Amino acid sequence: MNSINDLYRQVIVEHYKNPRNKGLKEGSEYRRLRLKNPSCGDDVTIQIKTNGNVVEEVLHDGSGCSICCSSASVMSEVIKGKTIEEAEGLVEDFYSLIKGEEPRDEESLDEAMAFVGVSQFPARVKCATLSWKALGALLIGEEGVKDIHE
Amino acid sequence: MLDTKSIKKDFPILINNPNLTYLDSAASSLKPACVINKIKEYYEEYGVNVHRGVYGLSYKATDEYEETREVVAKFLNAKAEEIVFTKGATSALNLVAASYGMANINEGDEIIVSELEHHSSVMPWQEIVKIKKAKLVFVPLDSEGRITVENFKKVLTSKTKVVALTYVSNVMGYVSPIKEIIELAHVVNATVIVDAAQAAPHLKIDVKELNADFLAFSAHKMLGPSGLGVLYGKYKLLNSMNPIEFGGDMNDYVEKYDSTFKDAPYKFEAGTPLISEVIAFKEAIYYLEKIGMDNIHTHEQKLMNLAMAGLKEIDGITVYNKTCETGVISFNINGIHPHDAATIFDQNNVALRAGHHCAQLITSWLGCVGTLRASFYLYNDAHDVEVFINSVKQAAEYFKEWNI
Ligand SMILES: Cc1ncc(COP(=O)(O)O)c(C=O)c1O
Repeated sequence: MNSINDLYRQVIVEHYKNPRNKGLKEGSEYRRLRLKNPSCGDDVTIQIKTNGNVVEEVLHDGSGCSICCSSASVMSEVIKGKTIEEAEGLVEDFYSLIKGEEPRDEESLDEAMAFVGVSQFPARVKCATLSWKALGALLIGEEGVKDIHE
Repeated sequence: MLDTKSIKKDFPILINNPNLTYLDSAASSLKPACVINKIKEYYEEYGVNVHRGVYGLSYKATDEYEETREVVAKFLNAKAEEIVFTKGATSALNLVAASYGMANINEGDEIIVSELEHHSSVMPWQEIVKIKKAKLVFVPLDSEGRITVENFKKVLTSKTKVVALTYVSNVMGYVSPIKEIIELAHVVNATVIVDAAQAAPHLKIDVKELNADFLAFSAHKMLGPSGLGVLYGKYKLLNSMNPIEFGGDMNDYVEKYDSTFKDAPYKFEAGTPLISEVIAFKEAIYYLEKIGMDNIHTHEQKLMNLAMAGLKEIDGITVYNKTCETGVISFNINGIHPHDAATIFDQNNVALRAGHHCAQLITSWLGCVGTLRASFYLYNDAHDVEVFINSVKQAAEYFKEWNI
């Protein structure tokens, strides 16, 4: 049986309690995307500021379960300072991790590796991926508010 | 208490999953072998279409199908022609709104609903209200979250044309004073639609005594097959209504530019129906009647008392419906999202529901994103309650360390 501690790793609980980069900013240099999952109530807004090819800032706000909220917080740190291509690669890597596959670049995933246990809890996969989906969409130029249905 | 030891043996899923503690019957009940075997019997012995064939097997299938209508009618103290088979409570409630509502609601009319409603009891009326420029009116809930006669009187007016209320709430488990509400509504000539999806599995229902105009429920929550529901309607009302689906089997004569329909209930059963499901549903009702609806209700109350007593001893949780008189408990671990908590129960093989339970109005009313919901049925026993209480304890302790 999977242990509950495989899911709720220290890093995850810590980010849930003390989220980094939380709260949105005003300004035209910021682009935001809000993703809501009406079936479970998770509701996340991700905001990024890019400078040339570099993602200078990642901010988040919203409400949801611990996996959803901490995932946004961890992501905001992991992605900050990466180039758009690197960030896109990390989004793919995170999806691989959550699917139980080997990510290409474990080192760059850094603290996001703490979500490795989620693959054993299929009911929680959508919680972990919500903010990464928002980031992925922002990186290819989308903005606004969207409901996702799973 | 019921003889749960022998009851559990009637449910193959419990034999195949000996460690399962199933506390999600409000979402869907487990099915006894007699129901499963009846489905198999139909497909293996007379699995052909109904109402059409002119050969022996088709008569047999039709007899079995129509027999269920009689059995359901008797179960509710109704007449067979007042029983319409639908795809579930949801389609039954939608049928009433789309047919009766579209024909009878006019601009300025009022429709009374409540925040205790399942989405399927309120959303169809939201649509009618938009089309007809009518008004939705909510019965204010009392401090516990109940619909009361007092509060119902406050919203009932001469403009009230329809009252659509739940008999038993799927989140709070409260039993609405539906008989008194129906009586009051009839004084102003309003039509009452009772959502009995959570009542039919657990309480004895007598539609004549209630004097309900319409009443809807689903087979799958009361030991029957999924995908099947029942709409009861007073015959005069039902037969005055227009069908909302047209096609095979519901017509009398079809000409190029017009057709005539059969009488109710058949005019509402267009197309090949849920044959095996309907045929097997009577076995579920026989099973419930053998045990006795009153005994089932008493059994669930005993389990509830046990569970509530256990929960009282646990710190760090909130129970939202402490005075509930049926087998439903809605609660949360304080400060913890229900989906976080649910994973602990999942690990212990305790199946319960977490979220808004398709009743977002009541979770908003409670001021939470959702709840954990445990619901009991006739196959649950004191051991299930014990496993449940231990899991709640474990969850409360586990999350206490998070210090939120
Ligand atoms: C009170 C209530 N009404 C209606 C429904 C809808 O039933 P179904 O999904 O079977 O159509 C449910 C089921 O969750 C319910 O609990």
